[in-house]
Amino acid sequence: MINKIKNKVTPVVMIGPATFWLILFLLIPLFLVIGISFLQRNGYGGVDMVFSLQAYFDMLTPEYLKIFIASFRLSVATTVICLLIGYPFAYVIAHSSEKAKPFLVLLLMLPFWINSMIRIYGWNTLLRSSGIINNVLISLGVVDVPLEMLYTDGAVLLGMVYDLLPFTVLPIYTSIEKLDPTLLEAASDLGATKLHRLVRVVLPLTMPGIFAGSIQTFIPSLGLFYISDMMGGAKTMYVGNLIKNQFMSARNWPMGAALAILLIVITLVLMRLYTKVGSLDDMV
Amino acid sequence: MKKKPFSVIYACLVYIFLYLPIAVVIAFSFNTSKMNVVFEGFTFDWYISMWSNTLLMDAFKNTLIVAVASTLISTILGTLCAVGLNRFEFKLKETISSALYIPIVIPELVFAIAMLILFSSMNITMNMVTLIISHVTFSMPFVVITVRSRLAGYDRSIEEAARDLGANELRTFFRVTLPMIMPGVLSGAMLALTLSLDDVVVSFFTAGVNSQTLPLRILSMVKKGISPDVNALSTLIILGSVILLVGSTLIQNKLEKREEM
Repeated sequence: MINKIKNKVTPVVMIGPATFWLILFLLIPLFLVIGISFLQRNGYGGVDMVFSLQAYFDMLTPEYLKIFIASFRLSVATTVICLLIGYPFAYVIAHSSEKAKPFLVLLLMLPFWINSMIRIYGWNTLLRSSGIINNVLISLGVVDVPLEMLYTDGAVLLGMVYDLLPFTVLPIYTSIEKLDPTLLEAASDLGATKLHRLVRVVLPLTMPGIFAGSIQTFIPSLGLFYISDMMGGAKTMYVGNLIKNQFMSARNWPMGAALAILLIVITLVLMRLYTKVGSLDDMV
Repeated sequence: MKKKPFSVIYACLVYIFLYLPIAVVIAFSFNTSKMNVVFEGFTFDWYISMWSNTLLMDAFKNTLIVAVASTLISTILGTLCAVGLNRFEFKLKETISSALYIPIVIPELVFAIAMLILFSSMNITMNMVTLIISHVTFSMPFVVITVRSRLAGYDRSIEEAARDLGANELRTFFRVTLPMIMPGVLSGAMLALTLSLDDVVVSFFTAGVNSQTLPLRILSMVKKGISPDVNALSTLIILGSVILLVGSTLIQNKLEKREEM
């Protein structure tokens, strides 16, 4: 009898606190976001308890669509560049000697341990018109006037790629690591050239890694408003900055909430696609 | 592997790309010039003057308090939850397991505004507590998942043996279960710590005027120009991060070796 009670109490004590915490601070807030997106904005920066689809209709106006297109282009460009840089890089690390490998992985992880704001600030210093790169270029006589590098769309893209590259590389690295070398030997034995082997064997088999890496790059890139603040001077508006502004300056909560729902929907669609090729556990 | 100069050069270039801005921050922390433009001379001045920059120091202190507090809470809650999920079978198990992935997959920004809406609708002014709560919420799932992956190949019979020998539930947990999953708990805690130290997005929405963290302070300073104090403090933080990472990797390896014996 005592044992039976004990068997009921222990799971509650162990799992209860975490579950309770997540319900209170994760599920309820997310439901609040959904709820607020369907309410009416009032003139005082708050919301009225009146059902309204205004926020969703507003999203379809040309100025918002322009922002969505700019964000989408930035996120796709970030993901593609990260894949192009990251795949060969992951491949090189995965094929390095057993001795060097742990060190190379550590070296890849290390910047991720250093505050990303500090690192983005480092780029800010490098790129500014009176910054190091311009000074070097001028003293070498490559250019006469400093190049405008900071506060451009290109600088934002650079910051995004820089910040997210490790997240692209790690899942790809893991999937290349898991690759069965005998399959590669078999391909070679059957007469496949190196290129053939890469395209027909290696790439398809590491697809889950490529997909996981892309998602881990694409989804966060939608929300990183501080990179466009630091590197782009908030010149071009992206969806992350737009959401931030709805809560900070414009005080249009329904709009901000509706935009957040849009991000959730995009995330869910991508995750749905992803679970068809890979497992969620590979994402962590 | 055969030496391939091309791949070596390529890897070096990517590593240079990753470390370039870090190198710049470190280099300028020793620069006599107040402007982060040219290197004029070597000095340790910024390492002394930064301690009297109260804005910077307060932000640094807040960052550490939030990181340590949220890591402790999320490691304890997360470890208990992971062990519980591994041990018991119950109806909602699958639901809880998949709900744990929500904070990991949804964009940070969405979670951040959800927290803002929660606290504002309850009329709570943002402070250290709201900041710590938010950090616990996004880091705990990572702890659960890290500890659970450690538990995957875990031999339950040792626990049963302990109980057969008369150890009660608590004693079994602290003397048998916990030491065995310690590497997982440690890496979960390290992950939670890093996530907290690195966070900008969530803190931006859930920190109050008096609980600004260092990343937030840097963000607001950038527009007005950053004093070299920031470079000096950042360099110390970089050094601290490296020591922490290398240290935890060493401890991790040691724990795993001990286990193999």
